[in-house]
This record gives sequence, C-alpha cells and structure tokens, in this order.
Amino acid sequence: MRAALFLVLFAALGLAGCGDGDMADQPSLRDQEASDIWGIGTSVRPLPEGAIAQIAPATEAALAVPPPVSEALLHRGQEDFETFCAPCHGFAGDGDGIIVQRGFSPPPSYHSPRLRAAPASHFIDVITNGFGAMYSFADRVTPEERWAIVAYIRALQLSREASLAEFPEASEKLR
Amino acid sequence: MPQIFRPGANAYARIVLVCLVTVPVISILVVYVVMGSSFVTGQNVFVDQSPPFSHQHHVGALGIGCKMCHVSVEKSAFAGLPTTHVCMTCHSQIWTNAPMLAPVRASMAEDKPLKWRRVNNLPDYVFFDHSAHVKNGVGCSSCHGAVDTMPLMEQAKPLTMSWCLSCHEAPEKMLRPEDQIYNLHWSPPKDQEEKGKALIAHYAIDPKHLIDCSVCHR
Repeated sequence: MRAALFLVLFAALGLAGCGDGDMADQPSLRDQEASDIWGIGTSVRPLPEGAIAQIAPATEAALAVPPPVSEALLHRGQEDFETFCAPCHGFAGDGDGIIVQRGFSPPPSYHSPRLRAAPASHFIDVITNGFGAMYSFADRVTPEERWAIVAYIRALQLSREASLAEFPEASEKLR
Repeated sequence: MPQIFRPGANAYARIVLVCLVTVPVISILVVYVVMGSSFVTGQNVFVDQSPPFSHQHHVGALGIGCKMCHVSVEKSAFAGLPTTHVCMTCHSQIWTNAPMLAPVRASMAEDKPLKWRRVNNLPDYVFFDHSAHVKNGVGCSSCHGAVDTMPLMEQAKPLTMSWCLSCHEAPEKMLRPEDQIYNLHWSPPKDQEEKGKALIAHYAIDPKHLIDCSVCHR
C-alpha cells in the first residue's frame, strides 16, 4: 500500500516536470531577445536619463594617453580602419569611399595640409563625437581601436610624403 | 470443427511478419530524415524582414565588413544587431526617402528599436560564444555561409548538435588563420589537415575538452 502511494507520488513528480516548460525557449531573457519587459519589444533595457556607463572613467583615461606605436597596433588599426572608415574615407584616405561614390557628402582627404597638420587628438575627437555628416563611432569603436585607427591614418599620411632618403633600407631594395 | 483460419490467413501472417521488421526500420528512417530536414532545422529558409535588409547589397556589392554592424562579435558571446543609429550612419544621407527604409526612419523618430526576425536561433540550453569562435580560428562563413550572396538572410547550416560536433570533434578540418576569419568564401586548402593541426597549436586549443558536455551546456 505504502509502496503504491510512493509510486503514485513519484509519477506525479515526474509529470510536474512536463507542462509549459519549453527548454529551448526559457523565460530568462537573452541578448536583444524579443520581449515586452520594457514596453519597446526588446530585452535590452533603455538607458535611464542621465545614466553614465561604469566604464566611462576608463574610457576617458584610455583616450587621454596615446599607446606606444607597434607593428601590431598598426595591423589592428588597418583592420579597423578598413571596416569602419574606408567605406566613406576610402582605403587610402582620399575621401572617395564607396558610400561617397553612392552620394554621401565627401569627407576631406587625410592628405590635405589641414589634416596633415592636425594633432592626433583631432582624429580621436572626430571618431568619438562625429563631425559634420559623420556620426559618432563611440558606440562601435573602443578607445584602443580609436588609437590604432589614428596610428594607421598617420601611416597613410606618411605613405604620400615620405622620401626614399628617410628609408635607407627601402631605397636599398629598389636599386 | 471448422478451421479457424482460412487459407488466405497465410498471406496476412507473412505480411505481418514482414511489417514487424520493416515498419520500425522505415519509421526510424523517416524520423531521421525529417528531423535533419530544413522543415525541422530551418536551414535554407529565407526569413522576411522589415526593412528587407540585403546582405548581398551591403556586404557583396558595397564591401562593408561584418564588424561595421555586428560590433561585438570579437568581444562578447553575442555578435550584436546594429542599432538604428548604425543604419542611419549612412542612411541619414543616402536613400533618405526610400519607402523601403520607412521602418528605419520610424524607429529613429519614435525612439523604438527595429524588430528583426531571428534567423539563426539556438535553443536556450545551448551556450554559444561568438568571440570564442572568431578569436580562435572559426570564420563567419563556417556557420553563416556566404552571406554576401544572400538578398535576405537564411540559416545556412542545420545548427543541429551533430553539426556542431562535426567540428568540435575534428577542429583541424575547419580552423583558419586570423586573416581569413572574415573571408566569406574561404574553403579549406588541400593541406588543411596539416595546417589545421598547426592552427590548433597556434590558438592553444585543447581538442580533448571541445566535446565535454559543459562546453556548450552549462
């Protein structure tokens, strides 16, 4: 009798596991999942007014001091430049990227005297805050990536005005 | 006493005997085929979106890189869908009156996010991390296919557990060098087996633990 009762209880427990539990779609929310929890259709919570990111001081600190330039930094910069900047600024920085060819306001060339003379902080500022028709890229490009991009822009600028005398190795190869 | 079974019963008995064997086998085969078909896995089904975003146009024709919109793919588990701000980076000036882009402008005006329909959806009991894959030699197209040829997005692979395991069991077959991760038309070179083994060492992957349950089910 007792054994039978136990069995029934056990079976009931087993059944309790069934029901509306869909393991593939659990009540916990995933990144950018459709949800009405905030009333705008997504699980991403809208920022309350005046919210400041916890990483804001770290971001500011990282933007204040340029990192040492290395080959790795330039490679990183090239990759990020070609992803985020080249569509408008062009792969060589002439301001003739594919989006400009399709009608976007042309940005100035990095090889203009004004931008050649501009300090690195100017480029950092434009990436961070936008400029003219260019939106801010602060949400897409981290401070480290911004510095890497600026280093690559400097390399692009140098590539137009360098003289062979500055690179004895290169002139050696050309001979 | 009359016979219980008429002569015809012999045929029925044989049919039953044959069915006892064939029906279970055929059922299992049918279930196997159906479960692996796109009807269940969702593979190769184009998903309608509003606006009808074309990877073929943006990636294929314009050459915009994956990370321009899927910003967090190297940094977090979720690759990230672009905000309206990202769309408007270009569309504030280009195709500003296109009817096709009305949902984007409405999203901007009403400050409400765009509603994309999910194309590649893993069950919630699977933990998947984009950054762990992209940073360790697995390229975008290994799972997402050649998105630069897709006018609308489709799920390129079955995303079944056996499909995941086909790579987790033999990562050397699919690993790429760093500069090929975003190449949407990468295919394994002839000496992939050798190169793959070198890449396992390069990325410091421990293949023994790639098929542990807890790698994906936490």
